[in-house]
Amino acid sequence: MAASYRISGAGRFSHAKVAKFSFDGKPYAGIEGDTLASALLANGVHLAGRSFKYHRPRGILSAGAEEPNALVEIRRDAARRTPNVRATVQELYDGLEAASQNRWPSLSFDVGAVNDLASPLFSAGFYYKTFMWPKAAWKSLYEPKIRAAAGLGVAPDQPDPDHYAARFAHCEVLVLGGGAAGLAAALAAAETGVRVIVADEQADFGGALRFEAGARIDGQDGWAWAQGVVAKLKAMDNVRVLNRTTAFGYYAQNFIGLVERVSDHLAAPGRDVPRERLWQVRAKKVVIATGAIERHMVFADNDRPGVMLASAARTYLNHYGVAVGRNVGIYTANDSAYAAALDLKKAGVTVAAIVDLRDNPSGQLVDQARAANIEIHDGRAVVRVGGKLRVNSMTVQKRTGGGERTLPVDALLMSAGWTPSVHLFSQSRGKVAFNDEVKRFLPGTYAQDCVSAGACNGTDGLAASVDEAYAAGAKAAKEAGGKAAKSAKPKVEASEGWSRGMLGAAPGAGPGTTVKAFVDFQNDVTAKDIRQAVHEGMRSIEHVKRFTTNGMATDQGKTSNMHGLAIAAEELGKPIPQVGLTTFRAPYTPVTFGSIANHARGALFDPTRRTTTHGWAEKNGAVFEDVGQWKRAWYFPKAGEDMHAAVNRECVTVRKTAGLFDASTLGKIEVVGPDAATFMELMYTNPWQKLAPGRCRYGLMLREDGFIYDDGVVGRLAEDRFHVTTTTGGAARVMNQMEDYLQTEFPHLKVWLTSISEQWAVIAVQGPNSRKIIEPLVEGIDLSDEAFPHMSVREGKICGVPTRLFRMSFSGERGFEVNVPADYGEAVWEALWAEGQKHGACAYGTETMHVLRAEKGYIIVGQDTDGTVTVNDAGIDWAIGKKKADFVGMRGMMRPDLVAPGRKQLVGLKTKDPNVVLEEGAQIVADPNQPIPMKMIGHVTSSYWSENCGRSIALGLVAGGREKMGQTLYVPMPDRVIEVEVSGAVFFDEKGERLNG
Amino acid sequence: MLLIHCPYCEEERPELEFRNAGEAHVVRSANMAGESDEDFEKFFFIRSNPKGIIYERWRHIHGCARFFNAVRDTVTDKFVMTYKAGEPKPKKLPGVAK
Ligand SMILES: [Zn+2]
Repeated sequence: MAASYRISGAGRFSHAKVAKFSFDGKPYAGIEGDTLASALLANGVHLAGRSFKYHRPRGILSAGAEEPNALVEIRRDAARRTPNVRATVQELYDGLEAASQNRWPSLSFDVGAVNDLASPLFSAGFYYKTFMWPKAAWKSLYEPKIRAAAGLGVAPDQPDPDHYAARFAHCEVLVLGGGAAGLAAALAAAETGVRVIVADEQADFGGALRFEAGARIDGQDGWAWAQGVVAKLKAMDNVRVLNRTTAFGYYAQNFIGLVERVSDHLAAPGRDVPRERLWQVRAKKVVIATGAIERHMVFADNDRPGVMLASAARTYLNHYGVAVGRNVGIYTANDSAYAAALDLKKAGVTVAAIVDLRDNPSGQLVDQARAANIEIHDGRAVVRVGGKLRVNSMTVQKRTGGGERTLPVDALLMSAGWTPSVHLFSQSRGKVAFNDEVKRFLPGTYAQDCVSAGACNGTDGLAASVDEAYAAGAKAAKEAGGKAAKSAKPKVEASEGWSRGMLGAAPGAGPGTTVKAFVDFQNDVTAKDIRQAVHEGMRSIEHVKRFTTNGMATDQGKTSNMHGLAIAAEELGKPIPQVGLTTFRAPYTPVTFGSIANHARGALFDPTRRTTTHGWAEKNGAVFEDVGQWKRAWYFPKAGEDMHAAVNRECVTVRKTAGLFDASTLGKIEVVGPDAATFMELMYTNPWQKLAPGRCRYGLMLREDGFIYDDGVVGRLAEDRFHVTTTTGGAARVMNQMEDYLQTEFPHLKVWLTSISEQWAVIAVQGPNSRKIIEPLVEGIDLSDEAFPHMSVREGKICGVPTRLFRMSFSGERGFEVNVPADYGEAVWEALWAEGQKHGACAYGTETMHVLRAEKGYIIVGQDTDGTVTVNDAGIDWAIGKKKADFVGMRGMMRPDLVAPGRKQLVGLKTKDPNVVLEEGAQIVADPNQPIPMKMIGHVTSSYWSENCGRSIALGLVAGGREKMGQTLYVPMPDRVIEVEVSGAVFFDEKGERLNG
Repeated sequence: MLLIHCPYCEEERPELEFRNAGEAHVVRSANMAGESDEDFEKFFFIRSNPKGIIYERWRHIHGCARFFNAVRDTVTDKFVMTYKAGEPKPKKLPGVAK
């Protein structure tokens, strides 16, 4: 058994089952309850990774979420490879596979470590300075090389097979953090009966009680008390207890994002278990009880594996039963590290010495250390350590200089003091204030309905923290409507307490240029880098941060921000608050894309809309195209046909006999009421008052700025009822524009708007035989040209079901659009198809629809117009009601620029070579021999091969186009210049005789 | 995500249900055809874009579908109050010092 650093009788998992795991392919054994970090340490493994920039060997610094060094990849299978997992957070499960990162060929021998020797090249701001020129080299050379050489983990190259859950929740009191303070607050709030949610990032609640061994609350051991409170809370109906749950973001109006890690700790998570669950909680009151994070000491080579936070070593001992070494040194500037020394000594670990930067430290813990015969070197510093892959000695010197003494150690535990975790408070837009006496930033001005309690609020000591938090929880609950609390607050009978410490660089941090005293481990920022940034002119901490990248790694400077700030302030000769603290932003710790994307992926990313004939079209070989959310039949190829052949056949067939086309995706709005015609007059350019019931009209809608917004055929069913159609893509925005004007500008009009897009299926039957096809199926409508002329609408029956039958055409042929309730869409299509077969009709798709309308010069809003095209530009002035006093866009279209000469106008374009089909979007010039950049005078908006015309056809917007009829213009392409002749926009049946043909 | 009080539904609903619709109290002339270029420019293009209190239109599009007006602080994003479309600009704002 290699787990030789496991101390029997210590820790809280001594009877747990063995869990086997591997690290870089080597097998190890840990126990259930371990984190990967504690299991590695139990096996004597400190070396866990290589650093980001210098590839320096790195160990395990912490025992929690703040870990900057021990980042590993966890592999479950080829697709489940998670990079940059903190070994201190990853719970061990049987069969876990972990691998180190950022090293080649191996963790102990890494070629990239040459960066460490070449480090003068990589000093602060080196990215900015070194790779300035030439600009193009960034893309091709610098960035790929830098990314390959300096980096963290590698993202998996397969889609994430896991699923993620999401929940919204509401509560009166949300408690963030489940240490002693958080639990006290939750207990106080819960007892008032209000809804309480309490969340903690760890597997078990208890926070600092994980390591604080001597605490006693309500007559129990502190940890046991915490577990008892959790059990009590879990039993209450009004409380939700979320462990393994990180509050990562604090948003407006007490809206908190939390992510719960549901199955990353399980050996074999079932397929029905989500990997993570995103909680979006809206809380009336929030109690922030996020504790504090210990800081490291800044001295030479303080990043060597085996150099770690004192509280982490204590956690590994007291919680996991693991000694981080056999002969440890302590380097501290405050009392809390003494407790680590005492606990380790009690467990049989040799404590080489406590090196205390302070002169004559005093107090209970110091006395206890002396009583335990632990050597204390006060007024001294650890100026450097020995060892590369693992610390093997510490060199001690008087703080003021002088002789050195080197002591062998196999681990060095450090503590510079504790930084209150004000991250979530700061995210809530609260303003922190610097407390000069204790040298720390604390919550100052609150911006939201929340309160901080315990260590994150600068409250020192367990007893004071629990008192404060209990009162905060009770007050929050009462203000949120809770009853008076029933029981007494928890009583802390024994606890530790400490504060103070030091900020910035200790004596062993330089000033030499080769000394590496790390401030930010994850981004490889040293004390020297911060000083250099100041010397190079950075004055604000925001600039220092960006220049050095201090605090910009995935750990967001949890251990480094205050040190960096203090060094900059010292160098600037300014007090800390004047240099400022950088703003904390979400997420508190990294959040997976999976939890954010959640269900919104694959088929659930966006709805797919299918028309009622989708199944028929599929069966009949249709190729589909996406039009917004719709799937539309594009063309119906027969055996052996490519797209070109199929579209040519469809186009010819429609004009020769007939074709069926599913037009159901058109937007449809019913405009109803005594003032419906008045409202239509305001919404559309056209006149509507005199349109007789039973007749249709092409409607053109503008925006207030005078540009074309939408169009469609409108049928007047009755004096007070219009059936409006819109473009497929414009349905929602036209409805919105109509509602906007009706509700806010013309609320006096008695009009009601109803979206009926999905209520009616629409089948276009177009072609000379169209009437013959529908005739046998229609009841109650006289289909003769006299009774039912072009641009009419009738209500009757088809195939025995109600229809709104339009006589209209978007092909230029005699045509009908059969509207039936959507439930009957497929059946009526089948019936029409059966009739059509008798006349040799075809089914056609959107491509043929486009070609046929282009042959007739009918525009498509959004293709031939782009939001900057006026009615006159499009050549459809006839659609404007000349006698109208007002309509939306009427004033806008009179603006000087919109009536100025030389605007781009829609014209036809005929290639000189009829076989050449232009590219849509291609630019048009008057002179192809002019130097580049040429003056572009327009562009091609629509272009097709027209089998019916026996040539290519195109529409385009050309400056002063209507004055250029018959002129030759040029379309320069990469390989040639295409000559075109400007023509009218109608290419087929110019007189429109076929509408009644 | 903000909570917005819909004056028609008379309750706070999440921001997801709403859509902003630009500045409020921009009056469309009853005589559009007679508007001068300058007046049309003011009506259509010029917006106040203040740092602080803004009066704006919102639509409860995934709820009751009504347009209404809101007073919001562009610095804090906080909604001061909401009121129905067509109601005058409030003279006194709750909790806002002048
Ligand atoms: Zn509403």
